[in-house]
Amino acid sequence: MDKMARLEEIVAAHAGRDGPLLPILHDIQAEFSCIDEDTKRYLAGALNLSRAEVHGVVSFYHDFKSEPAKLPVLKLCRAEACQARGCEALAADISAATKDKCEIETVYCLGLCSVGPNAMIGQDVHARLDVPKLTKLIESL
Amino acid sequence: MTLRIAISDDALALACGADAVAAAMAKAMPDADIIRVSSWGMHWLEPLVEVNGIGYGPATVDDVAAILDGTSDLNIGKVAEHPFIAKQQRLTFARAGITQPLDLEDYQATDGWLGLAKARELGADAIIDTVTQSGLRGRGGAGFPAGIKWKTVAGADGPQKYIVCNADEGDSGTFADRMLMEGDPYCLIEGMAIAGLAVGADKGYIYARSEYPHAIAKLNAAIRASAHIVAPFAIEVRVGAGAYVCGEETSLLESLEGKRGEVRAKPPLPALEGLFGKPTVVNNVLTLAAVPYILAHGAKSYADYGMGRSRGTMPIQLAGNLKYGGLFETAFGITLGELVNEIGGGTQSGRPVKAVQVGGPLGAYHPISDFHLQFDYEAFTAADGLIGHGGSSCLTRLPTCCPRPISRWNFVPPKAAANARPADWVRCAGWKCSTGSRRADARQRTRSRACRKCTMPRNRDAASMQNCRSFPIFARR
Repeated sequence: MDKMARLEEIVAAHAGRDGPLLPILHDIQAEFSCIDEDTKRYLAGALNLSRAEVHGVVSFYHDFKSEPAKLPVLKLCRAEACQARGCEALAADISAATKDKCEIETVYCLGLCSVGPNAMIGQDVHARLDVPKLTKLIESL
Repeated sequence: MTLRIAISDDALALACGADAVAAAMAKAMPDADIIRVSSWGMHWLEPLVEVNGIGYGPATVDDVAAILDGTSDLNIGKVAEHPFIAKQQRLTFARAGITQPLDLEDYQATDGWLGLAKARELGADAIIDTVTQSGLRGRGGAGFPAGIKWKTVAGADGPQKYIVCNADEGDSGTFADRMLMEGDPYCLIEGMAIAGLAVGADKGYIYARSEYPHAIAKLNAAIRASAHIVAPFAIEVRVGAGAYVCGEETSLLESLEGKRGEVRAKPPLPALEGLFGKPTVVNNVLTLAAVPYILAHGAKSYADYGMGRSRGTMPIQLAGNLKYGGLFETAFGITLGELVNEIGGGTQSGRPVKAVQVGGPLGAYHPISDFHLQFDYEAFTAADGLIGHGGSSCLTRLPTCCPRPISRWNFVPPKAAANARPADWVRCAGWKCSTGSRRADARQRTRSRACRKCTMPRNRDAASMQNCRSFPIFARR
């Protein structure tokens, strides 16, 4: 199925919802790993918005990417509670091991603040990380 | 006798390896009744394996054999009698660790839907009176009396009203919303349905963070399973998209409408012109989840807990560098020192406590000299702090303290930071601003581009922050 037909389906699936743009964008991001210019133009037409409005929303939220990630993404929490449990040192120590293996994205809080440092890959969460554990995780990607 | 083995399926337990332990248990003991329950909240013990009421934790796959033959040295005795649990007063988290989150029979058997039945009997005015008399205040941060907010929405004109649950729990050191949504989703649904009856709303939205996929999945399943019970009230989960600022109620509403999550000017209050311009109750997860208990057991039963104008219980989250981190629900009035030293067991690393951040970045970093402070909205406000959502992160090192407020700018893309409006400022900059009106503080600081209290330019590097009087840990050192 071509992309436009699929986009049409996604938009149709959210018909009747109030303020459907975010759920639609989530579905598109999940399926195509990014939200590109063509998609924005299509959504503007389909939802009766200006292209600038759609672009404004897409660019506001970190979860929506303009191009797909080239490597697997590992989200490492670096918020206060994880800092108190040593995530900064971990982030520094691990940077060499990640080369070409994965992209480390900083997030602020995965809600596991009592067992940090924490990371998330896809929807899987990992806690009590140290250098050996995190290295093993990265190697398994 | 069949063994009843309970292991949590809370995201935190999963992150610590609960699935592997459960699988190993099932393999070693095919006849046993292995159930996946919510988490007790004793996070240092996760994955916690409960065999006929006796707990073992933190368990790994290698411990399975010893746990089953009873020789494991991870034995903590009866879980329900563990001091960390026995010292608590669990009203909102009464089912934590005990029930299977999506099991409707479990929910019903533990007083589930009693509050909703009572609410249907009472009618709108009496529900609002009950909530007002219970003294329940917003558990998300501001501490606004829930009953008064509901009354405003109930009195507003219009055929369409909404209940919006703020589940955008973005501050570090907080996880009670996540635990409740994952561990007891029906409780939140019941609370929202009661709020709907009280104000005349038939539609509710839960705005959850995209960082909480497990909570979102549980909520969606629970909403489907309980739709016939709460009908005609209908609930929909909406997922955020990684914007920290959307935890602020008006930007949350913008985001729900499918727009950029930018802060709205107040007035108009969301209670009068909220979601899609309609009267809207915006309450935090814990506020709504406290409601079923209040309705089922009466306002007095809830208000009997607590001190001063802070009535009821607060699910306090112990996080950061603590030996015994987790969820501790207790009546207002416990001191910060008790929480950190007695309940939390002091720091995990053994270094002395330097400060405790309470209430997230809008709260304050409290030094040890503040340890006498009682958990109470007014006491913390008087000490230039904020109990906020009850998230408490214990910190041991100064160098990691000082750049933290500045690092909050990382929440906003640089372009947005440059154009940030006053409310964004408050939300993302993390300056302590508990005196006077936050809005006025923020406006003034934005104008002068400096911290209001000490006129430090806001972009100063970490080292020069030592002169910043807004942070007591520096001033009193």
